[in-house]
Amino acid sequence: MYKDLSTATFSGYRRENGRVGVRNHVIILPVDDLSNAASEAVANNISGVMALPHPYGRLQFGEDLELHFRTLIGTGANPNVAAVVVIGIENGWTQRIVEGIAATGKPVIGFGIEQHGDHETIMEASKVAKEYVQWASELVREEAPLSELWISTKCGESDTTSGCGSNPTVGNAFDKMYPHGATLLFGETSEVTGGEHLVAARCRDDEVRERFMFMFNRYQDMINRHKTSDLSDSQPTKGNIEGGLSTIEEKALGNVQKIGKECIVDGVLDKAEAPTGPGLWFMDSSSAAAEMVTLAAAAGYVAHFFPTGQGNIIGNPIIPVIKICANPRTLRTMGEHVDVDVSGLLRKEMSPSDAGDKLLESMFRTVNGRLTAAEALGHREFVLTRLYESA
Amino acid sequence: MVDFVVHDEGDSVGVVVVEGVKAGDEISGWVMDQDVDIKFKAVSDIPIGHKLAIKLMKVGDTVIKYSTDIGKVVADIGIGEHVHVHNIKTKRW
Repeated sequence: MYKDLSTATFSGYRRENGRVGVRNHVIILPVDDLSNAASEAVANNISGVMALPHPYGRLQFGEDLELHFRTLIGTGANPNVAAVVVIGIENGWTQRIVEGIAATGKPVIGFGIEQHGDHETIMEASKVAKEYVQWASELVREEAPLSELWISTKCGESDTTSGCGSNPTVGNAFDKMYPHGATLLFGETSEVTGGEHLVAARCRDDEVRERFMFMFNRYQDMINRHKTSDLSDSQPTKGNIEGGLSTIEEKALGNVQKIGKECIVDGVLDKAEAPTGPGLWFMDSSSAAAEMVTLAAAAGYVAHFFPTGQGNIIGNPIIPVIKICANPRTLRTMGEHVDVDVSGLLRKEMSPSDAGDKLLESMFRTVNGRLTAAEALGHREFVLTRLYESA
Repeated sequence: MVDFVVHDEGDSVGVVVVEGVKAGDEISGWVMDQDVDIKFKAVSDIPIGHKLAIKLMKVGDTVIKYSTDIGKVVADIGIGEHVHVHNIKTKRW
């Protein structure tokens, strides 16, 4: 064992609501596509703040609009974020997001552009952003137990080495963290197809199992409604197929290695919904990398385990994404994207437990402040999930 | 030296984990769940990450990996042959 996890601590920022973050971002959050320009202008004016541009937020309605609000509020509320400036075209939806984030107790302010224009909005928002970033720069990290750490996982550009290397590495690390009260997450609803019975068998009780199967069947119905073929060019992806994965069942069985051998699925979440206690949670979610990591961050997870085979290069603006890879060709050709090399697993030079320990060591260094490859390379993919057309 | 890995001894396929496997190569495999070493002859060129058959499979058979159904055979497959989208297919969707 790399260290005694029952007494292990990490060093993070304790926020006003008690949650512990591992980064200290001040973000400029646009409500809608129209507000990206002003948000990016503020981020250009003030050092150390970051804009999160995205293409949506106009004329959404119903469940799709609720998901939009939940994702933006959750992103601002994430404990990796110290303070938030929200900018929207009008005040109504802007204030709704401000109020949602304000429930955490952290500093947040909103600006509507109408009746002010970009110039005045950028000036006023920049003044507040400057105050926020100077305030945040004096916050200090404190020690917290593993039970206060929230870690999500989702794999991407998987290949067959994911199923025998990088995914079981995450599974081993999850098995080791679970008994110590960490809050864990997996998802990718379409990507458990062929392994759904294995996930169902791991659910805590019938109620959790029924909710999981409801989410699974809801996604299958959506796919069946829209599919034009057998999804052979999409799920598995072209990259998965290039890497040797032939069917969705094969991909799914590799995918579910990430939940280890011992963790129990304690609950099921809708997209961007926050868990209500420790344990392993399943989130109904897209299997597209940036969408799922964005939803996990919006649910409050502060760091992410991302196993890859062929070399997905994703990052996230507010949570560190730790890449794990076992494919020696990927490590040779694009190793700069990988944080944890577990290729030794495939050469019998490393046991699954050694690999899990190597990931945990990387996790502690990362949550204590070391930048991931994706952070150093500037990957900030922020992608909102849409459920259907705008009105 | 491990050229390919097999998850479980009941599986019908293994995964090549080295680059450059050519038809005719004698390759060494590791059955992970049982920790057993095996040897096969590759009868196709097989890229890294791709599968080889370690059991004979006929059209309509179920392909087993991780001791679980991963799809159906759509063209007969000999032992040591490359197994991929040209000879197996999902049973879903």
